[in-house]
Amino acid sequence: MMAYYLCLVLFCIGLYCVLRKRNIIKIIIGLTIAEYAVNLFFILVAYRIEGRAPIYSPDTQITNMVDALPQALVLTSIVIGLASMALLVGIAMRIYEKYGTFDITKIRELRG
Amino acid sequence: MCREHEPGMTLIVKTITRLTVGLILLYGIYIFSHGHISPGGGFAGGVIVALSFVHLMLAYGKDVAFKRVPQAAISLFEGMGAMIFLAIALLGFAGGYFFLNFIAKGEPFRLFSAGIIPFCNIAISLKVGAGLFSIFIALVILKFESEQKK
Amino acid sequence: MVDLYVLLIFMIAGAIIAIEVKDLLSSVVAVGAVGLALSITFLVLKAPDLAITQLVVEILCLIILIRATIRKDLPFSTSGRWLLNSIITLAFIAVFLYVSIEALKDLPPFGYPIMRVAEVYLKEGLLKTGATNLVAAIILDYRAYDTLGEATVIFTGVLGVMTVMRRVGRKRQEETEKGD
Repeated sequence: MMAYYLCLVLFCIGLYCVLRKRNIIKIIIGLTIAEYAVNLFFILVAYRIEGRAPIYSPDTQITNMVDALPQALVLTSIVIGLASMALLVGIAMRIYEKYGTFDITKIRELRG
Repeated sequence: MCREHEPGMTLIVKTITRLTVGLILLYGIYIFSHGHISPGGGFAGGVIVALSFVHLMLAYGKDVAFKRVPQAAISLFEGMGAMIFLAIALLGFAGGYFFLNFIAKGEPFRLFSAGIIPFCNIAISLKVGAGLFSIFIALVILKFESEQKK
Repeated sequence: MVDLYVLLIFMIAGAIIAIEVKDLLSSVVAVGAVGLALSITFLVLKAPDLAITQLVVEILCLIILIRATIRKDLPFSTSGRWLLNSIITLAFIAVFLYVSIEALKDLPPFGYPIMRVAEVYLKEGLLKTGATNLVAAIILDYRAYDTLGEATVIFTGVLGVMTVMRRVGRKRQEETEKGD
């Protein structure tokens, strides 16, 4: 169970960064770390003691494979995470071009 | 970052890029074409193909990269990947239902086996590679314009 | 399983460095270290497909994030209600930790998964699809609808970036400014 708790701590670090920091790039970094923690949690749930990777080999018969379903789900999630992060970076660069800062409190003050 | 106005980086980077970019592209093609036998698959292969063009663009500047891969070709590849994937899925209706594996399975551990899975891998890698490279281009071109304005 | 714990602690240390360092470029590099450690962790947990994908995605992610941090900006300002914000954040995280630790008690123990669905895939996957890589068999044959939805999401993401970054909007804005 210790691995689950460490993974939870990693998620909470990302959550703290999203809630507390004021720089937009730091917020994007926090989101990325939280997404890594969620992906890692899926794979931790799927692991089996003394398991093998879910790929058949031509010589030997393998019976103790790890769970292959969460791996297939996470494989799509990683690429989606990259696309959404690129969208966030694009919006952040537009905000910098318009207001001249990355600080969200200053942006709020400028807007009135 | 002070010499962004010059086309590309220094001579060392350009020489090494010329030697390695073809190998990276070939490795990407290997990864997605063998996705049903060994680790890899359409997503990883597509990202590696996109990274080879990103490498070319970072080293040589945008003009050389656009001469190799014009922007119309990127949007064509992206649309083509999505269309091939949907067409494979719709062809399954000929035998019964959506996403039916209608080609013969073949012998395991061969390159031409597993029915529709290699074709789906090729379609997905085209789509992912073209999509991510166009995201990179969109993020970089904005920089070039704001530099020009100054 | 010692290597797994070493990698997890390394990732936590890298994450703390990434969110506390004041320089933005150093912070981005620390995120890259976390991503590479995650890739090795996938390899330790017997998921080679994910290890390859995470490695290459991490490189592209690093390039995009470095692209965003070219201009320096002050990352941390301590004006306003510093104490109130901290208390609210810590209280929220405490509630979240309590609920999730209660929920983790119902999970199966680490290393013994409930493979009710995956047993069928592992047993019949090679016969029904002919692919020896079972992850490819699942994402492109058993659960191809997921992949179709994923392709839609990537297409939407590309369209969003193109729309945010397009040139036409700025030209139109300049024309209206001249007209004024």
